[in-house]
Parts: sequence; C-alpha cells; structure tokens
Amino acid sequence: MSDSTLHLAVALDGLGWHPAAWRISPADPTAPLSPRWWATLAGEAERAALDMVTLEDSLDLQSGAADGPDGHTDQVRGRLDALLVAARIAPLTRHIGLLPTTSVTHTEPFHVSTAVATLDHVSGGRAGWRPRVSARRSEARHFGRRDLPILDPTRLDDPETVRLIGDLFAEAGDAVEVVRRLWDSWQDDAEIRDVATGRFVDRDRLHYINFTGRWFSVKGPSIVPRPPQGQPVVAALAHSSVPYAFAARHADVVFVTPADAGHAAAIVAEIRAAEEVVGRTGPPLRILADLLVLLDETPALARGRRARLNNLASTDLHSDATTFTGTPGQLADLIQEWQRSGLAGFRLRPAVLPDDLTAITRALVPALRDRNLFRAGYPGGTLRDLLGLPRPANRYAAESTA
Amino acid sequence: MPKQIILAAHFPGVNNTTVWSDPDSGSQIDFASFVHLARTAERGLFDFFFLAEGLRLREQRGRIHDLDVVGRPDTLTVLAALAAVTTHLGLAGTLNATFREPYELARQLATLDHLSGGRAAWNVVTTSDAFTGENFRRGGFLDRSLRYERAAEFVSATRQLWESWPADAVVGDRASGRYLSAADPGTFGHHGDQFDIAGHFTVPRSPQLHPVILQAGDSPDGREFAAASADAIFSRHGTLEAGQEFYRDVKSRLDRHGRQPDDLKIIPGVTVVLGDTDAEAQEKAHHIRRQQFSPQTALLLLEQLWNRDLSGHDPDGPLPTIDPDVSGEAISRGRAGMHADPVATARQWRTLAEEKGLGIRDLIIEVAGRQSFVGTPQQVAERMNHFVQSDAADGFILVPHLTPGGLDEFVDQVVPLLQEKRVFRTRYTGTTLREHLGLGAARPVSPTVASA
Ligand SMILES: Cc1cc2nc3c(=O)[nH]c(=O)nc-3n(C[C@H](O)[C@H](O)[C@H](O)COP(=O)(O)O)c2cc1C
Repeated sequence: MSDSTLHLAVALDGLGWHPAAWRISPADPTAPLSPRWWATLAGEAERAALDMVTLEDSLDLQSGAADGPDGHTDQVRGRLDALLVAARIAPLTRHIGLLPTTSVTHTEPFHVSTAVATLDHVSGGRAGWRPRVSARRSEARHFGRRDLPILDPTRLDDPETVRLIGDLFAEAGDAVEVVRRLWDSWQDDAEIRDVATGRFVDRDRLHYINFTGRWFSVKGPSIVPRPPQGQPVVAALAHSSVPYAFAARHADVVFVTPADAGHAAAIVAEIRAAEEVVGRTGPPLRILADLLVLLDETPALARGRRARLNNLASTDLHSDATTFTGTPGQLADLIQEWQRSGLAGFRLRPAVLPDDLTAITRALVPALRDRNLFRAGYPGGTLRDLLGLPRPANRYAAESTA
Repeated sequence: MPKQIILAAHFPGVNNTTVWSDPDSGSQIDFASFVHLARTAERGLFDFFFLAEGLRLREQRGRIHDLDVVGRPDTLTVLAALAAVTTHLGLAGTLNATFREPYELARQLATLDHLSGGRAAWNVVTTSDAFTGENFRRGGFLDRSLRYERAAEFVSATRQLWESWPADAVVGDRASGRYLSAADPGTFGHHGDQFDIAGHFTVPRSPQLHPVILQAGDSPDGREFAAASADAIFSRHGTLEAGQEFYRDVKSRLDRHGRQPDDLKIIPGVTVVLGDTDAEAQEKAHHIRRQQFSPQTALLLLEQLWNRDLSGHDPDGPLPTIDPDVSGEAISRGRAGMHADPVATARQWRTLAEEKGLGIRDLIIEVAGRQSFVGTPQQVAERMNHFVQSDAADGFILVPHLTPGGLDEFVDQVVPLLQEKRVFRTRYTGTTLREHLGLGAARPVSPTVASA
C-alpha cells in the first residue's frame, strides 16, 4: 500500500467528545464501563477498514478545572484504564490498530513497555501507544511522590511554567526511550530451544539497556520477548513547539490540531523543521489532523444537532481540535482539501457515540472511496504495515553484529 | 455436603518445572497458548486462571540464566485479553506491590474487574531485592522488614480506592441531565508511612467491589498479612502433613482479625502426572523429572547450593568434595533463597548420594524433583479429595509442566471423577470469582463507606 493512502483513525472517549453527548446518545449512560461497548465501536470502525482506534485516558477525573474535579454532575465522569480496554478488545478484532493512551509522568517505564509489548503480542502486531504527560497537581497527589504546582492555562509563557513543561516533556522523552530500548532488548531470534546444550535462549541475544537519566534508571532486559511489530507504533498529540520536538524525536505518528488548510500547512512545515533540528532518522512522522466531527444528512440537521447539544450542555463546545459540523460529503471535501497541506490523514473525534462513528464508517468512508482517497479493505499485516512504516531493525542486533 | 474443592490453572512458569524440550511443548508467549490453557480450565469449570510474575530476568554468575523457559507477557494486559475469550473463569495475576503504586494498580484491577464481569484477582507479592529494583524508579531501597508494612498499606489504600465511588454514584438520568448523583465522586485519602495520597479515583465501583486478594509468602509476617487481608493463600505446602500444619497455623490466626475460617482459602501449588496404570504414571513421572532436570540444569542447581562455579563437573559423576562457599555474595539472583544452612544441606546430599549410589543429576532429581500427585485418574482424584477433606488445603493451583496442553488430561479424566464424588461443581452457579470461591460479598473497609 502506497504512502499516499489516506490514514483514518477514530478517537474513542466515553459516549463521545461533546460534553452533552450522553444526553442524546442511544447508549446506556454507563456503557463505557462495559467491554461490549468498546468491542462494538471497534468492530464498527473495523468494518470500514479504518487504520486504528485511539483510546483516551488520564490519571484524574475528567474535569474542566485547572486542578482536581470541577463539580459538574451533568457530564460523564469516570473511566477505565485505556490499555486494558485495548487488550480486552484485541481478541475480538482482527485488523484494526489499537492505540491506548498512558501517562508516563507517574508510571513506571518498565511496566508501560511490557504492557504495550503484550498488547502487541495479544493483537498480533496491532498495538500503538500514545504516551502523555500528566501536568496536573491533582494527578501528582494521587501518587504522593512529587509536588507539582497548579498550572494556570492562561499564563503558559510564565518562565516557571515553561521550565516545568520542558522538564515534563524531557522526562516523557526518557520514558519513551526506555520503553523503546526494552522492546529491542530481546532480539527476534533470542529463543533457540537448543536441546543439545540445554539452552532455551541465547543470552547473547538478550541485552541490558543500561539507561541512566535524571528521573530514573532502568537496567533491562525486558521480561517480554520482542513484540511482533518490533516497535509498536508510538503517537503523540501535539499543539505547540515543545511537543512537536518531542514527537519528532520519539514518535511515529503525530496528532495535530490545525484550524484550517493553511494552518495545517504551517504545522506540517514546523514539524518537518523540528525533525531536522532533532536529527530524526527513519521514516518521517505520519501527521494526522484531529477533527471533532458532528455529522448529519444535511448541513441544517447537523447545525441543529450541534445547537441541541450546546443547549443541553448549557455552554458552547470548547475543544483543542477544530469542530466540523456538516454532512459526510462536506467532510470528505474538507479532508481532500486539507490533505494537500501534507497531512497523512486524520483522527476523527466523534461528537456523539455511536452516531457520529456510524456516520464516519457508513457515509464518510464510502464518500472517500468514491473519490479514490481511501482503500477498500485491509491489505493484511501489522499496524506498522498499514501506516507504511517498515519493521525497524533491532538496535542491539545491529550493535552485536557490527 | 463434603467440602468443595477449589481448582485453579497456573500458566507454566519460567523455571525448570516447565519442560520446553518436549515435542509437545508450545510457545510460552503466543496468545494462542494462553487461550488454550484458559479455555481448558473453563471447560473443566475451574475457579480461576493464574499467572506468576518476575520483573527481572534471573541471573547466575552475573549472566542471564539461559536454561529455563523465559519471556512472558505483562500480567494485567494478558488477563484483560483473556477476559474476551472466557466467560466465567476467574483471572488471577501476580503483581508485585513493591514496584507499583496503589492509585495505578487499583484502577487497573478495577478495570479488569469491569472488563471481566467480576472475575479479577490479585496475588500480592512483595519481593523487594535491589536486583529487581534496578528496573524501576523506586530502585531497591525498601528494607525487607518493611515489605509487608508496605503491602498492608498498599492493600488497604487499594480497597479504599475501590470503595471510593458510592454504589449509586452514576444515575445517568437524561431527562434531568444528572449524570452523577453527587459532584466529584471517588474521593479518597490515605496518609501512612508508606503512602501519603489523596484525590479522586477514576473508576466507578466494579462488580466484585473488592477483586479477590491472594497472598503468596511463607514467613510469619507473610502469614499474618494473609490472615489480616487476603481471601486466599497460594502456598507451597504440597504434602499432607506440612499442609495440615500450615492450614492449622494460618486458619488459627483469623480469629484475631475478626474473621472466620472460611474467609481465607488455602490453595497450594501442585503437580499431577496421570497414567492408565500406576506403573505407567510412575514411569511418566520419572521421564518428566529427567526432562525438568537436564544435565546443565542439575549442575546449575548444584551451583546454587554450593555458591561456586561447578561447570567443570560431570553431571553423572559424584558430588563435589569441597564445601559450599558461605562467605561470598550469592551467585544466583532473581530467585528466592532456598537453603538455610548450605554446608549442612551439602553433607546430607553427599550422604544420600553415597547411600543410593547417585550421580549429581540423579541426586538433584531425588532432592528437588517434587511431583505431588502421580497415579491413575482414580487414584489422583481420591488423593486430592482426601487432602482437602482432611484439611491440608481448600483446593489446588495446578502447575502443568507443558504449555499449553498440560491440563488437557486432567480436565478430561480427573474432573469428572471429582464431580462424581460431589466435591467439585458440575456447572458454574455464580458469575464472579468471589462467588466461585464462596467468599460472600466484599466487606467495605473505609470508614466513609461504612458510615455512609
Ligand atoms: C507459592 C508461591 C508462589 C510465589 N510466586 C511469586 C511470583 O510469581 N512472583 C514473585 O515476585 N514472588 C512470588 N513469590 C514470593 C512471595 O511473594 C514472597 O515475596 C516471598 O515468598 C518472600 O516472602 P516471605 O518472606 O513471606 O516468604 C511466591 C511465593 C510462594 C510461596
């Protein structure tokens, strides 16, 4: 499959991305606690041959406040661990990529690495992973191992804040580095089962990673054999230069939030420049634009749905991603136009589940196929294959044969 | 009604009990192997599936140990995947409390409980060697004496987190627009020497409220921790006399914690070898022992006692005449110490070898090769039942030597006999693991919940 194929991901969260989604969704309001919910959504996405579903997560209650919960009783609160949800649906799907989010600020890189490697094993090479930074003081208090100040979202250029965010991303970078080294710490052919010498593994094909950093040190090797993809797909959500550089250094895929086609082109240029600056080797980042989508059969119906949702939420929708309100055909137009800015694809955030997901799978995808923008089915293979990313050579194997 | 037997299936571990050299030995990492064993256990109406954990590859003489099966999945992730291919089977994972944090583990276990419809269990282990700590932020500084203090605080904080969402927290009333019955659910706070944490938990109350807690550890502290906090113990005491003594000891500790004997189940890990005749079973058992103790493995186990490099010795030759080195640092790392007095043990082994005319490998098989139940299906069913009815255990965690088919025969041949004796279920009567184990509903621990 050529690299020019459009890549489509769907971001799953709760009953949809609009805060009032649960008010008009036909689903049981507690559905996100049940595995059937996630299996049904992933199955729907898979029938349309989407590249992947992403699963949101946080080490804090959903909240609009800068710290701790926000007192809302009219919105969905509470959620399950995204990585385990992904594992739960892996045996029930066959082709679609599964990309859960995990915080790397308070978690152990060793556990995260083995968990994602295991997701890759149980899904037959369909694992992805979005590391995220936990910058909230309330999250830090859940762990009690460090103090973080409350970040004022209106004063992100305050020097103390800039330093703190720089540190959190640097730590996250170390975490991804450890996770990736651990994935390589077993060579693919480490298991030998050599009865003559009594050896199960060739220990020369197992490697200490010997990582030492400012926040942690990790010895290795992993306890999990190298995952089927070698390196599961790492994605980052990025809105500005610090996370762009983080993505350029550490990720395979980046989700960005342009306002229009021109902005998308500017972001792509900034990310390509960041790749130069950090001396990225290997394939360039696959850049996917995030869009929050609210779809209906006519533009008026879509606008009406949006008004109804906003009315129920008694607030307008605030989102880091651009909101698209319209018909699937109009969205196909927009995708076609924005893609020319150098985007590899899109990550769509359905406003209401399952309604906006089924609009994507049953109306948008056929519209894109009619324009020859999207493949008809799965070519077979791993998530890396689907994204046109080669299976990377093992860094340690290269070392030991050098 | 006679005592009902608890049965669990242990996925073959990374030690020499697991035979990899056999033609029937399959992959220890392919998900299909996990599916096979879990489905076999569920076909046999087992209570739960069990996974061990080790967070650092074992080493001997400073090098990664290469003789045993090695490489396994992350416990929680594979259990979550298994929840998709089973419907009733409990899913128990060994998870080290020393290298995890309550908030994260509580949400993972509560998630597993939701994703499995109430089948999650946690085997709390506390290994805290600095060797393993080298893979973690925490490092290995936790003193041995503090391991169970941390574990007790950990379990108590975890249960508080599990209880932090009231049963009626989510109303989801579309008409009124009320999703929550009250704002900011999940409030918790634990302020102790090991953890000082507070805030809000993200996972609404799970089906079991408290996923089942198992404990594996044999020291007085470990037993006391189990008596205070656990629902079941995974023990090593697989002989009748040792089993009865352990059973009496642990059950007698419960009263002090305001608990009943039935509140804590005792489930030793055991192995089974079956044959059409007793002689055939004994023959098979002998063959398996030789597979488990290859010449290389025999020398390696000898080195662990001697604490010396013995690689030059003939595995079929006599034991070393030199005494074990008790002064140096242990050459084997990443496994529990097994020998209290190496010099005395070495003398016993030498005497035994001379008496029976055994070389190194045969001696090691003689002293280390333990097989709990060997015989015809009828004999094994009888002995297992006797073991349980005479209070040496409440059930068994079966440790097969082959992946993934190691329990096929047991399920086909022994389970029906236990059912005939009316000591094992003929269908699942509950849906949660607590129900399978007869544990009753979880009792809340938080003052906030109790007084609410
Ligand atoms: C039957 C049994 C199984 C165990 N399995 C594990 C395991 O899978 N992973 C682990 O880290 N420790 C395991 N342990 C070690 C115990 O959790 C504990 O750390 C060790 O026994 C020392 O504790 P103690 O001093 O109370 O005996 C096991 C112990 C027993 C008795």
